[in-house]
Amino acid sequence: MELQHVNVKLLLKEDEGTDLKPLIPVFHGWIQKQGGEELLLDVADYRHVYAGPGVILIGHEANYSVDNTGSRLGVRYNRKAALEGSNQDRLKQATVAALTACRRFESDPSLNSKFVFNGQEIEISINDRLLAPNKPETREAIQPELAALLSKLFAGGEYSVSYRESPRDVFSVSVKSSGTFSAEELLRNLSS
Amino acid sequence: MKSSNSMWKEHLAGQIPEALAREIDIFETEINLKKSGKLDDRVFAETRLRRGVYGQRYDNGERHDGKKAQQMAYPRRNLTKGPNTLYDAPGMQRIKIPGGGLNAAQLETLADLAEEYSDGIAHVTTRQDVQLHYVHIEDTPALMRRLAAVDITTREACGNSVRNVTTCPYAGVCQDEVFDVTPYSKALARFLLGHPDVQNFGRKFKPAFSGCTQHACALANMHDMGMVGVVRTENGEERRGFAVYVGGGLGAVPYQAKLFDPFVPPEELLPLAQAIARVYARLGEKKNRNRARIKFLIQDLGIEKFRELVWEERKTLEHDPRWTEYIQEALQNEEKPLKPAEKLQGTGSEAFQRWLKTNIRPQRQEGYVVATVTLPIGDATSHQLRTLADIARRFSCESVRTTVEQNFVIRWVSENDLPALYEALDSVGLGASGAGTIVDITACPGTDTCKLGISSSRGLAGELRNRLLEKSLQLDESVQNLHIKISGCFNSCGQHHVSDLGFYGVSRKMSGYAVPHFQVVLGGEWGHNGGSYGMPVVAVPSKNIPEVVTRLTDHYLAGRQNGESFKDFVKRTGKVKLKMLLEDLTRPPEDQADHSFFRDWGDPREYTLGDMGVGECAGEVISTLDFDLAAAERQLFEAQIAFENGKAEQAGKAAYLSMLGAARALVKNENPLVTDDPDEIVSEFRKRFYDTKKFFDPYAGGKFAQYLFAAHEKADLQHTEDSARYLMDEAHLFIEASHACASRADALVAS
Repeated sequence: MELQHVNVKLLLKEDEGTDLKPLIPVFHGWIQKQGGEELLLDVADYRHVYAGPGVILIGHEANYSVDNTGSRLGVRYNRKAALEGSNQDRLKQATVAALTACRRFESDPSLNSKFVFNGQEIEISINDRLLAPNKPETREAIQPELAALLSKLFAGGEYSVSYRESPRDVFSVSVKSSGTFSAEELLRNLSS
Repeated sequence: MKSSNSMWKEHLAGQIPEALAREIDIFETEINLKKSGKLDDRVFAETRLRRGVYGQRYDNGERHDGKKAQQMAYPRRNLTKGPNTLYDAPGMQRIKIPGGGLNAAQLETLADLAEEYSDGIAHVTTRQDVQLHYVHIEDTPALMRRLAAVDITTREACGNSVRNVTTCPYAGVCQDEVFDVTPYSKALARFLLGHPDVQNFGRKFKPAFSGCTQHACALANMHDMGMVGVVRTENGEERRGFAVYVGGGLGAVPYQAKLFDPFVPPEELLPLAQAIARVYARLGEKKNRNRARIKFLIQDLGIEKFRELVWEERKTLEHDPRWTEYIQEALQNEEKPLKPAEKLQGTGSEAFQRWLKTNIRPQRQEGYVVATVTLPIGDATSHQLRTLADIARRFSCESVRTTVEQNFVIRWVSENDLPALYEALDSVGLGASGAGTIVDITACPGTDTCKLGISSSRGLAGELRNRLLEKSLQLDESVQNLHIKISGCFNSCGQHHVSDLGFYGVSRKMSGYAVPHFQVVLGGEWGHNGGSYGMPVVAVPSKNIPEVVTRLTDHYLAGRQNGESFKDFVKRTGKVKLKMLLEDLTRPPEDQADHSFFRDWGDPREYTLGDMGVGECAGEVISTLDFDLAAAERQLFEAQIAFENGKAEQAGKAAYLSMLGAARALVKNENPLVTDDPDEIVSEFRKRFYDTKKFFDPYAGGKFAQYLFAAHEKADLQHTEDSARYLMDEAHLFIEASHACASRADALVAS
């Protein structure tokens, strides 16, 4: 099974009624700077939509957002363009991208530490129903890949996983680490 | 872009109707031909448009990032998908939903597509379509196959063809309708889709069906072809038929449709549409797209001559059994309720009661209701669409329709199910009350994604909605029932002309800055199928529009006489007083350090028109120019006053003179010796601004200059009420274009 279009969402520390508006100039600033490997294009503002995609930085290869899907606020990396390499490479690439984006938010003074990783919860999904239909066979096939990634990510620490059940949903797994990590620490774990 | 794109064809084999499958295969081949350089840009652009594959803002590869115009470094920068349109730039996919009708499986598919190919949002348009944004062209064949598997086509959703056939969303269940127009609408949509006689238009053609004359639900008066159900008694028997209207349309200059025939029997409806299509294809303008809509053909020919030509054409048509077969087949598919009708028990919460009041409409079938699902600015998430599909299965007979107010309606709900329905909707944020009220604001995409957008219609709509929601419970009912509609430019996709308070985007230069503005259009009529159009009053900076709404509604509330409508209030008050009321809001704040005034709603970048295209208008812009343009505006205002006082001739002449004044202002900027002689002004204007294309709008081209040339040619003709009104609208646009030209010149000098 080839895993493409990996999405990684890092759940943020709960803060009732977090205003996403300050993210808009931040994303415009990222577009001004460019400079990374991905081409950044535009900002889409969906703050008016209930439990929606929030504020999205639209890119050519991938979108970045602070997303409120499922009424759970998180930093999402949505890989759109296909990537070469192994499944493990692709899972790692998306996780690193989400963590890096999260770090940028955490260190941006204009955001006033309002967008900080909660240290434990990550959602990983495959945004392609044909490549990875949400059914037991997919879970079985993906499980070893996920285990390899999560073992490295949490430095061998314990974690629990739960899967979304509805076959209508994209394949998606929620991961919760027993320990607490910063985005910085998780990035270090992955690069070691 | 999706790795699975090539797999969907095989995966869905046998599930797609053969004709649709073939159609999508052809399109996929055309994409491949384009990639290998074997298909001309213009040809491919029209090809993809006819499949609903539309361009989007910045797809020329350039975007102003707030500091400078940035070249977007797409991987295949030399590959295009149309003139000046980069292949890799994301685009918009329009999905045609005939009559707005959707079943549960279709809602689920739309949800999946929004999630996998777009940004997780499906957007309902003012013509009952659904749009997905930021879609890569290489994803479109797979996307189309998945739609086709649930019987949806994107064919002719854009391009010079028959667009979505819109229909009153209450058809079949409305208490006031003459009869259910749905089967006829479906038959017409099916008959015209891909028909050889509708492939050679100079522009698009939009049909609409309504089951009554008094409501707004289908806006038949503002369509190229509007059908309103009527019943006639013949030999003691009631016969169904349609009053057919032609030549309506909003756009830059709105036209009310004219009655073509007061009674067309059903068996004649499809052949009549075919005959109209043939006449339009044969005689309609092809070269100048700005005069290519059927409304211009009818205006030029006169309705009598047009009618004569169509009936002559009708006689030449060979009988086609589909004219009646399609209607008969559609009549078989009558909706049947899922559950027996039961009366509502209990009262519920205050929020539920508010929702009942504004979002529930009793059907003509006793015990059943239609529930409106309000979507903020027409947006729904994938999760909301799936929940709506579940709701449609649980409470309805899967009868969901989109509306021209960018909402959904769920039909055939048993009254007793309302508390459970409300709870289910509210659980996913779809239980907001206020359907059809002042908080239910309509807005086109505007500068968010549209290439033509001048101001942020969605940004303004969001801001107004938030402010009005805060005080909606305290608003007087007369204010609550007003409509607000916003377009990002003069093209009227937000339908601002048929709204109590309408706004369309324009730009002005103030204190050396280009400033986003909205033209305030007041007193349009939403009822009676978009019965009459509002008149522009004054352009106000975007950031002052919330105050415009507050001031106008307060003024209406205080000055309203005997329960008069807002439209009547506007007419009685007159534009002089209304303009005076808003005059102070047209100026920037005294504190020039507040630069937020020079930015648009929801966009922190410094405002620019540069994203619309590269301005060509050169030359020094001096304050005299602004002064002279203001004088032209004043002259136009006088024209409007004369018109209000029933002096059409005076109004028409003044409108013409205002255009001359604006043209002279631009010419004088280059040639200070220009005289007041109209021939000289027009000649100089043509030479300096039209022939050089300096005056050209990035997308409308020379359209507005042609308004001046036409007016100058007809300067000696007497004006009727219609011609004066059209000329005033054209003068408005010409003066706005003059401002834009001046702003572009200024931007060029500054850079």
